Amino acid sequence: MYKEQIENLKKELDGLFTNINCKSELEDLKIKYMGKNGKITSLNQLIKEIPNEEKKEFGMHVNELRNIFNDNYITINNKLEEAEINEKLKKETIDISLPATKIKNGSPNILEKLIEEVEEVFMSMGYDVVDGPEIEEDKYNFEMLNIPKGHPARDAQDTFYIEGEEILLRSQTSPVQVRTMLKGKGKEPIRMICPGKTYRRDDDDATHSHQFMQIEGLLVDKNISLSDLKGTIDVIVKKLFGDDIVTRFRPSYYQFTEPSVEVDISCFNCKGKGCNICKKTGWITIAGAGIVHPNVLKMSGYDPKTWSGFAFGFGAERMAMLKYDINDIRVFYNTDLREIRNFDRRED
Amino acid sequence: MISLEWVKDYIDISDQDLKELAVKITKAGINVEKVITNDIDKLVIGEIIECENHPDSDHLHVCKVNIGDEVIQIVCGAPNVRKGLKVIVSLPGAVLPGDFEIKKSKIRGVESNGMICALFELGLEEKTEENYNKGIYELDDKAPVGKNPLEYLGLCNTLYELDIHKHRNNDCYYHIGFAYEIAAILNRKVKLPDLSFNEIEDSIEKHFSLKVETPKCPYYLAKMVTDIKIGESPDFIKKRLIDAGMRPLNNVVDISNYVMLEFGQPLHFFDKDYLGDKILVRDAKDQEEIVTLDGKKRILTNNDIVITDGEKPVCIAGVMGGENTEVLDTTKTILIESAIFDAVSIRYTAQNLDLKSEASIRYGKGLNYEYTEMAIKRACHLLEKYAGAKILSGIVCHDRIDKTLKKVQFEKEEVNNILGIDISENDMKIELERLDFPYELKDGIFNVTIPNRRLDIDCYVNDIAEEIGRLYGYQNLTSTLPNTNIRRGQYVGDVKYRKSISKRLRSLGLNEVKTYTLVSEKEAKEFNYRNKENILLPNPLSKDKCVVRTTLIPSLMNVYEYNKKRKVKDILIYEISKTYDKNYQEESLITGLLSGNYMSNGWNTFVKIDFYLVKGIVENILDYMGFKNRYEFVVNENNSFHPGISAKILLDKKEIGVLGRVHPKINKDEIYVFELSLNELMKDIKPLKFKEANKYPEMEKDMAFIVNEDVSAGEIINTIKKAGGRMLENVSVFDVYKGENVFQGKKSIAFNLTFTDTNKTLTEEEVMEQFNKIINEVEQKYDAELRNQ
Repeated sequence: MYKEQIENLKKELDGLFTNINCKSELEDLKIKYMGKNGKITSLNQLIKEIPNEEKKEFGMHVNELRNIFNDNYITINNKLEEAEINEKLKKETIDISLPATKIKNGSPNILEKLIEEVEEVFMSMGYDVVDGPEIEEDKYNFEMLNIPKGHPARDAQDTFYIEGEEILLRSQTSPVQVRTMLKGKGKEPIRMICPGKTYRRDDDDATHSHQFMQIEGLLVDKNISLSDLKGTIDVIVKKLFGDDIVTRFRPSYYQFTEPSVEVDISCFNCKGKGCNICKKTGWITIAGAGIVHPNVLKMSGYDPKTWSGFAFGFGAERMAMLKYDINDIRVFYNTDLREIRNFDRRED
Repeated sequence: MISLEWVKDYIDISDQDLKELAVKITKAGINVEKVITNDIDKLVIGEIIECENHPDSDHLHVCKVNIGDEVIQIVCGAPNVRKGLKVIVSLPGAVLPGDFEIKKSKIRGVESNGMICALFELGLEEKTEENYNKGIYELDDKAPVGKNPLEYLGLCNTLYELDIHKHRNNDCYYHIGFAYEIAAILNRKVKLPDLSFNEIEDSIEKHFSLKVETPKCPYYLAKMVTDIKIGESPDFIKKRLIDAGMRPLNNVVDISNYVMLEFGQPLHFFDKDYLGDKILVRDAKDQEEIVTLDGKKRILTNNDIVITDGEKPVCIAGVMGGENTEVLDTTKTILIESAIFDAVSIRYTAQNLDLKSEASIRYGKGLNYEYTEMAIKRACHLLEKYAGAKILSGIVCHDRIDKTLKKVQFEKEEVNNILGIDISENDMKIELERLDFPYELKDGIFNVTIPNRRLDIDCYVNDIAEEIGRLYGYQNLTSTLPNTNIRRGQYVGDVKYRKSISKRLRSLGLNEVKTYTLVSEKEAKEFNYRNKENILLPNPLSKDKCVVRTTLIPSLMNVYEYNKKRKVKDILIYEISKTYDKNYQEESLITGLLSGNYMSNGWNTFVKIDFYLVKGIVENILDYMGFKNRYEFVVNENNSFHPGISAKILLDKKEIGVLGRVHPKINKDEIYVFELSLNELMKDIKPLKFKEANKYPEMEKDMAFIVNEDVSAGEIINTIKKAGGRMLENVSVFDVYKGENVFQGKKSIAFNLTFTDTNKTLTEEEVMEQFNKIINEVEQKYDAELRNQ
């Protein structure tokens, strides 16, 4: 008799779960079959009537029913829960196309970006980066650079004097050469560059600025030649403007170098064919340089019989204007943030 | 401006292409900016060897013209064309004035390969009816077929416009000097012009005495000429002066200019009859007056040099002559002055009187005394030839000039080392000969004498190296790198600190700006929160830029305004720059300005910039620099800042900067600024060491107090820290509240305290004991009331 009952229940369980669509229905079923008075639970009451030798078998059958129910229950329950979670997550869907919260780094000043690139190259070649005072003594800005009082070279650099002819806003970064040599006391070899602010009495316009930056360089050692200067300039020029750039020296004149040269580079824009940037010449002047004048070495404590060196000076604004295609020098000092934003970017 | 036709008087360059020569000169250091020429390419002298009538025309002729290397056919319509005539032929490709290009063509079916020209068609004559009727230009029989016709006619000239470096101004701005430069480049010799003249018996000494009372006139020569006839100059002088940019006046004045352009030596001519019998050169007296040639009254200072007639000035030396002795049409007798004056003095005088002239510029560069003498002789030669002058014998002379020759001794290796080249002793000799520098060579040592015309060359082997280098050609230098030991370079001194803080500020989102050191007086006063005294420029360019700033805040405010006008909304900027006070004390400042949102997505997330955000940036910098727990913020009272929203920043109790909102009376916008002294941050710090995190659990406790509004959270935190002792790891504020449940004039501040011990797990009792001690302390000190938890 019980066997029949078990068989019937088994049949009843088969297909019982197929139409369950929500958790409450599932729970109802659980109560109906597995609850205190549930159909499966109730079977236990039959145990009293079952002969001893069959009790074990009966137990197995009941367990089988339970397992069938529980397996089905777990499967359906998992399914329902997953559907529920999916439903919930679906509601959390966002519009991924909305704008991001901007994480911005600040941009460098364009001049500083260029200067940092130059510094990097020179530091790798062993040059220290130093600076000196912007309010200078005549002694360092002129006298010890072989430009005595009354020298015409002074007229050309229309200087902002502060106290007589003795204290001034430096008109060039070259006084840092002198200061560096004095520190070296005539004994230490020197490799330094000095990117720094300089001042001259020029009215500001697209190509002139009363304040501008020079990148000064000085190397003092033994047996230094003009060819060494050329090789050094080559390195920096190629780094800034490309490997195919050619350097050309032209004779020039500065009081504190002898021989003096002007440094031209082949035009990176037209590759020498002639364009507006190079004024149709195929060449662009970017620096003044030369072999340190023996008198300058001597005045700063380096014996020209033992020591020699070269010095160079780049105009930072000019280089940045060339490199980044800028045609107004005031861009560097007015700072329209919309213009410098792009400069927070790596360069090859 | 240098006329090549003129230079040809002193050096043979007839074989040179003048455009190519200009390139060679530029390469060697004198920059030929522009080559100006009236020459036309593809003009040749031709001879008409056949001349037939055109089959289809009554006035055209078909000519066969021999142009040297070939015979070409040209159709010509001129009435005077005929066989045997030598003519000017423009070949196809020639571009005549008016952009008229000659091309091969057919004229009424007959091929024509060029044009036979009239002078007006070449721009060498005016285009008048008379010239038109003359027809084609007829060259004489000697004209060489195949050669350049303009050159043959002497009508061809080329001018070089030079951009000369200052040091070569004194020898390359006159034709003989420039000829020497070409001579060095082409390795040729210079021929000086004719200096000869006849002298009459009468001697200058009988008429004239000279006295020089100033050391600023080391060399003074005077010659006297008489019987001059003022008139027009010969064509070649007029033409050459015009080419050089000077206006011809009359033969006498023109000759003085002509000689200056030849030798670089300015001359001055006095009308002897008005001058009297005496010349005294002396320093001018202060306030001394003279009316110059241009009719203007000039007031002099004792820095100026004057030529006087013994009493009154007749000329401002080296700058401009006086009206009272000017050469006029009636002048018969003149005194020629050729002198050297102190260059610096002349430059100052010309500058002070605003009287820069061809002459003063030349005096200002310095002069070669040899040419001072040659020039006066040359002037006599020309005056005799072109003004009928009779030259009195003798010369009046004051001579204190240093005539020591400059000499340089060196071995060839020294020059090679400087240039990084390797040229032989023999080549070195050749280079010196090209330069026309006399030398002796003995045991490998060159002993070179620098010619006086090269005032720019000093007695250093470097100077010689430069001369040899530029002739050798810098384009021939190889590129090498200094062969010495190196280590990687470093940022030294304040640069190191500036760079690392700059990078940090950028990473925090601030944009780097650069502004001017010079500001207006108004800007200098604003934000002068430290009461610094400024440097005022004695000679500023403008009122905008007359003070050296001691703070960068006003400059950043300008950048703010500039960007605001351009509708930039979030403005986060910084600058690190040096400042100087009245005592030239240098201080580098790190200054930031922030306004708007620090971060946002524009539609639901906005991190607005406020005091605490800027404070966070300042703390970030100070922590980064290694000053954690060594700084504090105290209330700042300064009328540039919002009275309730600003702080002084102290590091080890010393004031190092300021931060706060800009006072609304200065700018209504919500702008925050900070300024830190970089000098105060340049301190060595301990090396970084790893510190293990505490293994024992931390215990957190909260407490909230109601205190008077004017008690600052910072004070309470300090008290808590003190009372908390070693066990108290951290105190933070998690709530500040005013309003309901808190009396007016009071506020509630809630703190979160973290307790820990590095050696053991703390017990509740231990912590509570400390906790209650803290509460007692705060309650007593600030009359605070503990809020119920």
